[in-house]
Amino acid sequence: MNQPDQDDNDAPRSEPGTIDWDGQDLTGDENWTLRLYVAGQTPKSLNAFANLQALCEKHLAGRYRIEVIDLLEQPQLAQGDQILAIPTVVRRLPLPIRKIIGDLSDVERALVGLDLRPSPPEKRD
Amino acid sequence: MSSRRDPLPKAPTGILGFDEITEGGLPRGRPTLICGGAGCGKTLFAMEFLVRGATQFEEPGVFIAFEESAEELTQNVASLGFDLDELVAHEQLALDFVAIERNELEETGDFDLSGLFIRLGYAIDSIGAKRVVLDTLEAIFAGLPNPVILRAELRRLLRWLKDKGVTAIVTGERGDGQLTRQGLEEYVSDCVITLDHQQREQTWTRRLRVVKYRGSSHGTNDYPFLIDAQGLSVTPITSISLDHPVSTERISSGIARLDSMLGEAGYFRGSSVLVSGTAGTGKSSLAGHFASAACARGERVLYFAFEESPSQIQRNLSAIGLDLAHWADQGLLQFHATRPSFAGLEMHLSLIHRAVEQFAPSVVILDPLNSFISGDNALEVKGMLTRLIDFLKTHQITALFTSLTTGGESLERTDSAISSLIDTWLLLMAVNTGGERNRALSILKSRGMAHSNQTREFLITNDGIELREVYLGPDGVLTGSARAAQEAAEESERLARQQEIERRRRDLERRRAVLDAQITALRQEFEAQEAETIALIDRERERETQRQQDRASMASLRRADPSQ
Repeated sequence: MNQPDQDDNDAPRSEPGTIDWDGQDLTGDENWTLRLYVAGQTPKSLNAFANLQALCEKHLAGRYRIEVIDLLEQPQLAQGDQILAIPTVVRRLPLPIRKIIGDLSDVERALVGLDLRPSPPEKRD
Repeated sequence: MSSRRDPLPKAPTGILGFDEITEGGLPRGRPTLICGGAGCGKTLFAMEFLVRGATQFEEPGVFIAFEESAEELTQNVASLGFDLDELVAHEQLALDFVAIERNELEETGDFDLSGLFIRLGYAIDSIGAKRVVLDTLEAIFAGLPNPVILRAELRRLLRWLKDKGVTAIVTGERGDGQLTRQGLEEYVSDCVITLDHQQREQTWTRRLRVVKYRGSSHGTNDYPFLIDAQGLSVTPITSISLDHPVSTERISSGIARLDSMLGEAGYFRGSSVLVSGTAGTGKSSLAGHFASAACARGERVLYFAFEESPSQIQRNLSAIGLDLAHWADQGLLQFHATRPSFAGLEMHLSLIHRAVEQFAPSVVILDPLNSFISGDNALEVKGMLTRLIDFLKTHQITALFTSLTTGGESLERTDSAISSLIDTWLLLMAVNTGGERNRALSILKSRGMAHSNQTREFLITNDGIELREVYLGPDGVLTGSARAAQEAAEESERLARQQEIERRRRDLERRRAVLDAQITALRQEFEAQEAETIALIDRERERETQRQQDRASMASLRRADPSQ
């Protein structure tokens, strides 16, 4: 199955159905690429997007990019990242790829799932 | 479709035998649950459903695999002759491998399985699929957190499949105390099928059972099934009705005298014939004659041998003048030799079914039947035979079974269990008289024909089987040399009678000759007397004439008056 884009590692380009969160410079080592899979503009997906954005702002300010993929529009993309549950966030960079599911309302688990160390060191597991 | 009164529409699976027991296949447009333990054939069943659907019924299918990747699946079913790559290339099949690795997944809040729905929907729409398989759906419970959400989503998924109108198979692992580990049977309410792989008497048998089929009648037994190079085949244990057609055509038993004992014509086509007898009474020879006669008519014969190898049978029968190898070479005769212990009963039955379906014979021989009986499985053997005979009858195949009766048993006992299924039953006996062991044949029963009630002596000669009249003496049936002695006695008696007649005839001849001689003598005597008498009369007449002449000359001399 086709990948949504070939060069999302370094190009902050918009793809159909993806949203660049901001126009920040994403060339540093610490750049994060997160992909949020949703199915339509449901409250759950809007919630997930808002939660993800807030989380990134707090922990990754200025060095992250969020792509939103709406599977209703691009169903063929579900296979590539083995998407089953909605919403799912795939951490594509940095490697390794990690996945978390749910609307990210449980911030602690989301941080653990994304392997994001919170600024004040806390429990991880 | 449910708004109409039509019977439940069904989607044929194309799996041999399965569509018969379900009277048409799986419920069309509804999900079916197939459950069973590991290695019981769930995936193959589901895959064959899709492949046959795509190739035979023009219904493309989607296979969502949760446990095996598309490559693994393709490889696994290649051994069944299914080329998935080609089907995928022709858009008759779509494969999607859903990999779930739990350790990657952290649950961070509310979620649903829309991703799965979308993938499934996309796959269905991309090839216009009519059939869907989810194998094994329960894997989502192992891979995803929060069973509460999963159960709700499962219910939604099955509802959604119904709304899509696809005929779906959902597979599930067998659980403790319930059909599946996650209780999938609660969600799939239309049709539930269990597959099983059991060991009995050291052989493993696969079985299939239709646990539930809403809105349809179905067979409720455990049906054995087989997985081989042609895919699955299910053996319907009992045909659901007793409505096979019957034939009035008669076919020769291969032995002219036996045909004449059987109402002058032989067996009915499509009937079942049982030949039972103790060891060495010639059961296989009788079967060989029947096989040979059928081949000579150009019919196909399938010979299942359970105790001897084909070459041994051929050698033994060639010794009595039956050349079976010749028919085998011509492709009219096919041997299947297996040990009874090679597989379970059901497996044997499945093998027989498959062989019959493939070879399409008009005669089937099972030699011998009762080698299947081991221990106390007689009841199961009977069940198997019932099914087999039913199956053969519906195909108008004449079946000949041999059955070995062990010594000490009543000749008719072992087979009484199946006798009700048998149309013609020949009993071969060994008769011990005068220090000899001779063979005798009698017809125990033969439905629908006036058969001989006489016992015949049964001889195995270099030219095949010969049936002879037997003699009833004061000590019972006479066979062998006792019969020969009786025959000799009768012959000499006949000779004596013939000589007596001859003597009397000669006597009569002689008497006639004497009589003729006497008649001749009398006639000659008479003729002599007659001649003498005539001579006397002539002489007398001459004398009279003379006298008158003398008197006239005298008168002339005396010049007598002529008027005087």
